[in-house]
Amino acid sequence: MKGNVIKYARDNIDTDVIIPGQYLKVHDYAELAKHAMEGLDPDFHSKVKEGDFILSGRNFGCGSSREHAPIALTHSGIKAVLALSFARIFYRNAVDGAFLLPIEIDQDAYSDIAEGDQIDIDLKSNQINNLTKNKTYKMKPFSDIIGKIIEAGGLFKYKPD
Amino acid sequence: MNITEKILARASGRQRVAPDDVIFANVDKVMVHDVSGPGVIKVFDKLKKQGINVDKLWDPTKVWVAEDHFVPSADKMSAENVIKLSNFTKNYGIEKHFKYGMGQYGICHTLSHEEALVLPGEVYVGGDSHTNTTGALGSFACGLGHTDVAYVLLNGKIWFKVPHTLYFKLNGKLPEHVMAKDFILKIIGDISTEGGAYKTMQFGGSGISEMSVESRLTMCNMTTEAGAKNGIVEPDQKVVDYLTSRGAKNITLVHGDTDAEYEKIYEYEGSEMEPLVAKPFSPENIAIVREAPSVELDKSYIGSCTGAKYEDLEAAAKILKGRTVKIRTEILPASISIYKRAMENGLLKIFLDAGATVGPPTCGACCGAHMGVLAKDEICISTTNRNFPGRMGHVDSQTYLSSPLVAAASAVTGKITDPRDLK
Repeated sequence: MKGNVIKYARDNIDTDVIIPGQYLKVHDYAELAKHAMEGLDPDFHSKVKEGDFILSGRNFGCGSSREHAPIALTHSGIKAVLALSFARIFYRNAVDGAFLLPIEIDQDAYSDIAEGDQIDIDLKSNQINNLTKNKTYKMKPFSDIIGKIIEAGGLFKYKPD
Repeated sequence: MNITEKILARASGRQRVAPDDVIFANVDKVMVHDVSGPGVIKVFDKLKKQGINVDKLWDPTKVWVAEDHFVPSADKMSAENVIKLSNFTKNYGIEKHFKYGMGQYGICHTLSHEEALVLPGEVYVGGDSHTNTTGALGSFACGLGHTDVAYVLLNGKIWFKVPHTLYFKLNGKLPEHVMAKDFILKIIGDISTEGGAYKTMQFGGSGISEMSVESRLTMCNMTTEAGAKNGIVEPDQKVVDYLTSRGAKNITLVHGDTDAEYEKIYEYEGSEMEPLVAKPFSPENIAIVREAPSVELDKSYIGSCTGAKYEDLEAAAKILKGRTVKIRTEILPASISIYKRAMENGLLKIFLDAGATVGPPTCGACCGAHMGVLAKDEICISTTNRNFPGRMGHVDSQTYLSSPLVAAASAVTGKITDPRDLK
């Protein structure tokens, strides 16, 4: 999975900035995508490209349970969010709804990967290759059930053992 | 096992569970509202296209529906969402639908306790992050997204990783000018907005036993702001009386074992607690009210599942009685049942005499959607639960979170004010 990085070097990116409350009434995915990250970065919609990744700090997606948040990012073209940690409902929604991949990274990757870097995420070896800087970082492997749900293509396709 | 583990063990048909076990828990109650409901309908539409049968719910009698975020409807799209929700409940035979303008309705979390919809020991999930609120009744109450709620509606169960538990012990009563809101803000300030992530936050000790059920609801409500999976208080006679007076029957209390284990125990002395605010732009950004910045406020907001229960309104009325507000002050009881009690007991007259406006129950302004959003650079003191950028309106507006006592005292002075300092 190859793509370019959009970096927000801060913690606690919350669902109110990912998709502000005034859009909760919207359930058209393409329309939600137009307003993704509006509370933090009004230029996001014009700069994001299909296959991009977001890189951010701790507690990404904290706040409300609105599934609008992973939906708006996914339908903007974001394939994965790489963060130091994730808030629980955002994480669950991303995985169970088969939207973007929430990937936990370490401080090394967080500090080193810059806006615009091209990276390649290898889920088999749990490695992130920075093609721009020619460096490799580890990602935290998905836990057992999360890995299985992702592999199945979401909670509805997952068959419990 | 502690209380959360015992509830999850029973719900997953196991003798024992331990933190980090992955289980499928049978769900006792599930809630959707006018944001998550249309979200679930969208998931159902997708499933239909994939050939998955969505003709019947697992058990419509265990489902209840609230209209709270987009009532009264401010625009056509909101109104259409409410109609979608009505069609959904009609098509699937859900009878417990609390409709705006038709008797009892209100914020979903408030209905959960006002209407005794959830009982101690139950597994309750809802399509809203503040579902945690209801753990104050001694239930496992947890917020989920649209896909997960859709899964529960069709299958009656959902996966959980059994959480680790943080135990917060309050020794002794809170002083008269300090509310549960102050205590939960103190905790969030101490552990951070990530400090409870994926965990249970359990509250106990003599100070919690002394607390009313409504105060415990405030505590559990804001465990969400610390990232917790659930908040919980061991149920006691107060909970039984509270629910029984609202028509509940067959209440069975679940308690943790005497050798229950907790990841960490935090202790607080009630007598040391002070009125606090959370400054913009995070619930963890705590200041003592007497040391808070001297900003000119534009608005005081007393509303939401966090800060507009009956005792919250009583606290505001104690301050506003015989006084006049200096800034725009909006008071929105969290449900019609609370609104009626506030009317019958003279609280609404106190509010109106003070110059405040009283509005209908809604989540609208709390989440910056409608019914009183903040303009650029406006500053609000609010009894709600979040103050992220843009939460209550313009991204350059600011919200200070506080107790109803502090919000009311600040309404009188126009500055952030400790209720003890009012003349």
